[in-house]
Amino acid sequence: MVDLSVDIGGLIIKTPVMTASGTCGYGEELVDFMNIPDLGALVVKGTTLEPRQGNDYPRMTETASGLLNSIGLQNKGVHYFHDELYPRIEHLNDHIIVNVSGSRIEDYVSVCEILSDLTKCTAVEVNISCPNIKEGGIAFGTSCSEAAKVTKEVRKVWKKHMMVKLSPNVTHIAEIAKAVEDEGADSVSLVNTFLAMAIDAQSRKPILSTITGGLSGPAIKPIALNMVWQVYQAVKIPVIGMGGIMNAKDAIEFILAGATAIQVGTATFIDPASCIKVIRGIEEYCNEQGVKNVRELIGGLII
Amino acid sequence: MQKRVEELTIIDKQVIRNDYICWEIQSDKVFDKIVPGQFINIHVKDSPGTFARRPFSIHTIDYHHNSIQFMMKVVGDGTKALSKLEIGDKMDVVYPLGNGFSISDEEESLLVGGGYGVAPLYHVAQELIAKGKKPCFLFGARTQNNFILLDRFKNIAELFITTEDGSAGHKGLVTDHPIWKERIASIKKIYSCGPESMMEAVAHIAEKNNILCEASLDQVMCCGVGVCLSCIKNTIRGNEATCLHGPVFNTNDIVW
Ligand SMILES: Cc1cc2nc3c(=O)[nH]c(=O)nc-3n(C[C@H](O)[C@H](O)[C@H](O)COP(=O)(O)OP(=O)(O)OC[C@H]3O[C@@H](n4cnc5c(N)ncnc54)[C@H](O)[C@@H]3O)c2cc1C
Ligand SMILES: Cc1cc2nc3c(=O)[nH]c(=O)nc-3n(C[C@H](O)[C@H](O)[C@H](O)COP(=O)(O)O)c2cc1C
Ligand code: FES
Repeated sequence: MVDLSVDIGGLIIKTPVMTASGTCGYGEELVDFMNIPDLGALVVKGTTLEPRQGNDYPRMTETASGLLNSIGLQNKGVHYFHDELYPRIEHLNDHIIVNVSGSRIEDYVSVCEILSDLTKCTAVEVNISCPNIKEGGIAFGTSCSEAAKVTKEVRKVWKKHMMVKLSPNVTHIAEIAKAVEDEGADSVSLVNTFLAMAIDAQSRKPILSTITGGLSGPAIKPIALNMVWQVYQAVKIPVIGMGGIMNAKDAIEFILAGATAIQVGTATFIDPASCIKVIRGIEEYCNEQGVKNVRELIGGLII
Repeated sequence: MQKRVEELTIIDKQVIRNDYICWEIQSDKVFDKIVPGQFINIHVKDSPGTFARRPFSIHTIDYHHNSIQFMMKVVGDGTKALSKLEIGDKMDVVYPLGNGFSISDEEESLLVGGGYGVAPLYHVAQELIAKGKKPCFLFGARTQNNFILLDRFKNIAELFITTEDGSAGHKGLVTDHPIWKERIASIKKIYSCGPESMMEAVAHIAEKNNILCEASLDQVMCCGVGVCLSCIKNTIRGNEATCLHGPVFNTNDIVW
């Protein structure tokens, strides 16, 4: 038996595989396809203080080997999550990680305060990297001082595990990672989507209602892998890697580059059972390679 | 029935004209009840530009052979790549998805379709007939040649057609057909599937005459299981994922 458990910074999860926010709904949509309790954690949709309808349709299109989206954080707000959704999903996993998003620092703080009393909500993922809302989001993730400020304020009210989700739309992602580490982040997750656009040559119009959106999927994997590698070398806190992970081989690559755990996003749209398949594949790889404990692989890149 | 991802085997392929294919795909597992109006979501291989799955309505089910029939119009790269598959090949399918029509107890109903939207109405009619009801089809097209498999529909229920150029049936749009005047008092339920403008026009007639009306929407989809939130439609409850809360909606709930 391979030991798949990892410690992501004071929080031990039984496998290194989580869902990526915004790609698994609230987990309940996927129960027909996999046993959600087997995942390391369930990271749910971006949650804001007030309900949001998201951007106008069309808000997704495909590109070669990837997807471009501008969903715009459609969600019913943190109160609805707290009162209605959480009771419905709390049995799905021991670690329900809420992705917290906002336009103002006060909003991040308020959302975290409201989530504090939910037992299974053992961590928040502070999203300072959403490219699809007009104010806030990515603005916090593209400057070291803003990123540090959000982290510092959330840290004051959130006593459990705090993961901060970084934007790849920056020159030096490792600098941002260090800034949030210094303000008390327990882990960093990366990457969110890359700012991108798609145009219909026939009509000469943008395809997305918002003109630009965020790119995800296999198209971004090599860039994401490099960023994980850069951040791994720069910080001491655990790194949660993601960006185009479609199978166990991709996941292993991220772990070798320094990720303690990984998230599966866009792959779930292509195969709703992707997360479980990645877990089984990692186990097989470990068996084949004679690895007793998946932790041996973290940052195990041979140079 | 529970949703699943499975490799289904192609057991029949009929090319109709040159741009429609009627497929039959088979599972080696038993089917539970599949609701008319539910759809399947297919992963396309061998088409580098096609990343997302492609959704198709279920045309009919054979519960004895655990097989699904669906009709596919070849329109772009994804459907072109699928059209190359042959009997014996596999399709990677997530199914059955969406809510489906609510097959209710009204004696007389009108099933209004256009384009590939006619496909699921066959399954709806089969279920209504099995309940001893009298469904009636009303299909519209631009011109006669755009209709496919009309005989199949005619064999199970009454069928009326309209064409915009008058080449067959009544000249005009489905909403111009005289059947609306003749039977409006007896029709108690409308099931519609086709271009959105058609469904919207039909919904307005239904609303004016207080007839229960359901429409199957056709937003561009990706995951098909309600997790990507790309396929939304504005409803009286706000934006809803049409693959999960639809594709079938009571037309009074839709904000067109
Ligand atoms: C619930 C549902 C049920 C459907 N049922 C059927 C069916 O029974 N038979 C059938 O032939 N088709 C059906 N479709 C439409 C079918 O999914 C698209 O035609 C197909 O995805 C096109 O793929 P492509 O790669 O060949 O074309 P693409 O290259 O993706 O697109 C070619 C053209 O088709 C349009 N298109 C793409 N996706 C859709 C879509 N979802 N709806 C409408 N237009 C689209 C594009 O805008 C473009 O103009 C259904 C769609 C939905 C959402
Ligand atoms: C449709 C969609 C919605 C997303 N929503 C969120 C979100 O609400 N919050 C967030 O932090 N990231 C969100 N993301 C980003 C993903 O969590 C992930 O960081 C990114 O897609 C890269 O991973 P992938 O290539 O495996 O998808 C979303 C991505 C997609 C494709
Ligand atoms: S297609 Fe993904 S939510 Fe409907």
